[in-house]
Amino acid sequence: MLRSAISAALIGAAVGSVLAGGVLLAQAQTPAAAAAAVGIDNFTFNPQTVTVKAGTTVTWTNRDDIPHGLAATNNVFKRSQALDTDDSFAFTFTTPGTYQYFCYIHPHMTGTIVVEAATGSNTTP
Amino acid sequence: MSEFDRDDGMNRRKVLECMTWVGTGVLWTISGGVPHSLGIMGEAMAQEAKGLTFLQISDSHMGFDKPANPNARGTLEEAVGKIIALPQKPAFMIHTGDITHLSKVSEFDDADRIISQSKLDVHYVPGEHDFLDPDQKLYRDRYGRGTKGAGWYSFDANGVHFIGLVNVVDLKAGGLGNLGNEQLEWLEADVKDRSASTPIVVFAHIPLWTVYPEWGWGTQDGAQALTYLKKFGSVTVLNGHIHQVMQKVEGNVTFHTARSTAFPQPAPGAAPSPGPMKVEDDKLRTMLGTASITFKQNEKQLAIIDTPLKS
Repeated sequence: MLRSAISAALIGAAVGSVLAGGVLLAQAQTPAAAAAAVGIDNFTFNPQTVTVKAGTTVTWTNRDDIPHGLAATNNVFKRSQALDTDDSFAFTFTTPGTYQYFCYIHPHMTGTIVVEAATGSNTTP
Repeated sequence: MSEFDRDDGMNRRKVLECMTWVGTGVLWTISGGVPHSLGIMGEAMAQEAKGLTFLQISDSHMGFDKPANPNARGTLEEAVGKIIALPQKPAFMIHTGDITHLSKVSEFDDADRIISQSKLDVHYVPGEHDFLDPDQKLYRDRYGRGTKGAGWYSFDANGVHFIGLVNVVDLKAGGLGNLGNEQLEWLEADVKDRSASTPIVVFAHIPLWTVYPEWGWGTQDGAQALTYLKKFGSVTVLNGHIHQVMQKVEGNVTFHTARSTAFPQPAPGAAPSPGPMKVEDDKLRTMLGTASITFKQNEKQLAIIDTPLKS
C-alpha cells in the first residue's frame, strides 16, 4: 500500500515535470528530452553515465531481487527511500554540472549524471 | 589513515587472489584439532562440554519473499527449531545482522518472535538491511541499549572477550563496509589493557577481511581494526553478509563467515551479481543454516561447525 502511494507520488512528480518540461520546450522550441531513465540491474546502474539537459527528471527503477538506495555524493538530492523490486525514485536536475551518486546499501555501485545547459533557453534563474 | 589502509587492503587482496577460494562451499571446518563433520552436531558438542559453546545465526532477512526463497520466515523457524532441539544448550547466540530485509517494524517483530523461542540470550550487530527505515532508529531502539555509536559494544564470557562491531553505516561511494574513526578509537581503547592471552571473538555483519571487493565484500578500514588485535594469541572474526561459508586463517586470526537462514548468494564472481541465488527447491536447505562455535581451554583456535538446515 505504501509502495503504491509512493509510486503514485512519483508518477505525479514525473507527470508534473514532463508538463513543466513541455512548457519549457514550447518556449525554447528545442527537442530536449525532459525525462531520462536509469535501470538498476544486477547491482549496476544502467547506463552508468547519463547526459541530460537541465530540467530533466531522471527516474531510477530497481529491477533486482534486493533493495537498493540512492544517495548523491554531494547531497544534490536527499537519500531515497530503500527501493524494493520495481520501486522507483525520481529527481529533476535543474543546474548544469556533473553529479556522482551511489547505492547507500551497496556503495560499490556508482553512477554519474551529467547535466548540460538547456540549449537555446535561459536556464540560469 | 587511508593511505596505509589501502596498501594493506591491496596486500590482503593479493593474498586472497592466490587462495583460489578453497573455502567456497565447505560444509564443515576443523580448527582446534578435533575433526567434526556435518550432522553430528550434538555429538561434537557433548565432547566439548567443558568449554564455551555459542551459536551464530545470520542474515534472517525477515520479509524476503522473492523466488530464491519465498518463505524466509519458514526457514528461520526451521533453524530456530533445530537450535531448540540441541541436546546441549549453547551459552548464548550471536546474530550477525540483516535481521530484516527492509527494516519494517513487522519484520523486526517477526524476527524477534521467532528467535526468542530459542530462549537464548542473543547478542546482535546490525546489517545494512537493518538501517533502511527513514530515521535509522528501529534497530537502535530495539537492540542498541548499552551500546556505543551505531551499536558497537563488547562483553566477556568464560574468559573470552567478545566485540560486536558495526560496519554498515555511513558507507562511502565506491567503498566497502566502514567502521569509521570513532569506532576504531573505541576498539583500540577497549582491548589496550587486556592480556595477550585473552581469546578474542570479533563479530560484525560485513566480512572484516577483503573477500571480493568487486561485490563490496570487505571492510575498508578492517585492516586497521586488526592491527589493534595483533598482540592477542587467539582472534576469531565471525561475519555474515555473503550468505555462504568461507574461512581463512592468517597468523593468529581465523576469519569465518556463516550461512544465511533466508537465501544463498553465489560464490565470488560466479554470477553477474551477488543477488539472491535461485537453486532447486530440494537444494535450498543445504545452503541455509547456522554455525556453532566452541572454545576449549588451552586451545588456540575455536572450533567452528557449520550446520545446514538439511545435509
